[in-house]
Amino acid sequence: MPGAIYAEGLVKTFGDVRALDGVDLDVPEGTVLGLLGPNGAGKTTAVRVLTTLLQPDSGKAVVAGIDVLKHPNEVRRAIGLSGQFAAVDEYLTGRENLQMVGQLYQMKARAAKARAAELLERFNLADAADRTAKTYSGGMRRRLDLAAALVVSPPVMFMDEPTTGLDPRNRQQLWGIIQELVAGGTTLLLTTQYLEEADHLAHDICVVDHGKVIARGTSDELKARTGGERVEVVVHERHHIGTAREVLAGFGKGETTVEEHTRKLTVPVSGGAKLLAEVIRELDGRGIEIDDIGLRRPTLDDVFISLTGHAAERDTGENGGPAGTPDAPGAKGRAAARKETAK
Amino acid sequence: MTLTSPTPGTSPSRELAAPRPRGGLVQSVNDSLVIAKRNLIRMSRIPEMVIFGLIQPIMFVVLFSYVFGGSMMIGGSTSAVDYRNFLMAGIFAQTVTFATAGAGAGIADDMHKGLIDRFRSLPMARGAVLTGRTLADLVQTALTLVVLAIVALLVGWRIHEGIPKALAGFALLLLLGYAFSWIGALIGLSVRTPEAATSGGLIWLFPVTFISNAFVPTENMASWLQPIAEWNPFSATVQACRELFGNPGVSTSEAWPMVHPVWASLIWSVLIVVVFRTLAVRKYRSASV
Repeated sequence: MPGAIYAEGLVKTFGDVRALDGVDLDVPEGTVLGLLGPNGAGKTTAVRVLTTLLQPDSGKAVVAGIDVLKHPNEVRRAIGLSGQFAAVDEYLTGRENLQMVGQLYQMKARAAKARAAELLERFNLADAADRTAKTYSGGMRRRLDLAAALVVSPPVMFMDEPTTGLDPRNRQQLWGIIQELVAGGTTLLLTTQYLEEADHLAHDICVVDHGKVIARGTSDELKARTGGERVEVVVHERHHIGTAREVLAGFGKGETTVEEHTRKLTVPVSGGAKLLAEVIRELDGRGIEIDDIGLRRPTLDDVFISLTGHAAERDTGENGGPAGTPDAPGAKGRAAARKETAK
Repeated sequence: MTLTSPTPGTSPSRELAAPRPRGGLVQSVNDSLVIAKRNLIRMSRIPEMVIFGLIQPIMFVVLFSYVFGGSMMIGGSTSAVDYRNFLMAGIFAQTVTFATAGAGAGIADDMHKGLIDRFRSLPMARGAVLTGRTLADLVQTALTLVVLAIVALLVGWRIHEGIPKALAGFALLLLLGYAFSWIGALIGLSVRTPEAATSGGLIWLFPVTFISNAFVPTENMASWLQPIAEWNPFSATVQACRELFGNPGVSTSEAWPMVHPVWASLIWSVLIVVVFRTLAVRKYRSASV
């Protein structure tokens, strides 16, 4: 039996651009699928097709057991959509927004009113319920948008980049809400460019690029494909690089890479924290002063680079990265090197 | 709260989250009213838009009456009062057609902000978002007409055929405005930004309202322009209003819409609604920013 969200061979072209180039998806009931990819990878197009907003050129899509192309209006009764922009009417109050959505979901006015009050309470918007959404902060708007998507407690939810543009605190808060929702049995398809977000929320991850799913699996599976842990050392003096390299070669199970200008050495290892302690002792014994040392496990950033050959583009400007995301590994050379190992 | 989730192995269609739509006309009307209410609440919270919507026609009344009044020959008279009485039907009609820009900008704004996507993902009647918007614009247009009629009375405009006929004239004006707001809806769905919808909704209205009998008698126009002005849907309503209000300057042209202006006005307006509603709803269903 196909999952709560199922897609087969979805193709959608806009002019010359193949936004979706044969996408297959299968999300078992009650799980979260993270659709991960850079801007323009086709994530939003996939969501738009699955939520009946866009007609694919070819392919099959089934949501909550209903054929999306044949019975779009039935599908609409079973889904909630929280889009990329907080789609709330800013001149309406939070309460009016939710009541309107409830009524358009064909609830009776009285029921819609009761439900709106309940959601405002739950999403911590009760105090602002009778203010226009224009006065809300970004985080409040997102919560209101999410509340609007949940008015009928749909069994299947779609969230298109739900935390883009949110500050770390609001992002954490929204993650909490999403986890609660999933714990309640909702099936969720979530798109994100934040690797950490997919890591945090999704049971399964599909990496998309140029309209194709280029990898799928759990976060751990994807990381395992990229290779295991590694030790990174930054030495204090440039002339110590050579010696440090010798030391690391003794512990490593692969080639040591060196970034001269940052005085950083990286070597793949196995053996975890215990090995790290030995490395430190050895470096110390040889009189090498170090600025920084650490054991790094591959992040989804690494996975992404190894799969696509380029980093997941993220806006560093006003949107900012998610809280605590490790820096994307910078050097292109390393990306290229890892690309080889991934194959 | 409890989250409903379908149990595996059972048909999901029976346990969808949202109530089964009532379907058909009842649902269309309900959904349209929900959206109309939403737009009216919006308008009440952006009163400056309503006020600017009023200032413009009032300015036209004053400018045309006092600048042109006295130099225009209406029914053989150059009296300024006669011109004002002639002019008013034209100003009323022009005002209702300007609702086009409002509808267009509103819908473009909804597209831009992602609200149209939200609505399209809901199990609501297909045309309701647009119908609701055009109905709300109709209410605004009606309010504008009331204020404008008062201003018109203050500058000397009078009706001479009785209240029922005058009301019929206003009904034709509202129908024309309603029809034009569907053109606006299509424009709003077709452009990329609300700003483009505002200017795109307005520029073509100038030739439409000026190549007509609204501000000057068509008899004085170039012979090739005259039939265009006389068959202009806008002119039919203006002519009908002059007749129904008993105002001077009713065209004596032999053209069918000028001889049967009430019918012509009705036919034109209904035709515009049917054609542009069909196009706009089709566009709405495939709308994407």
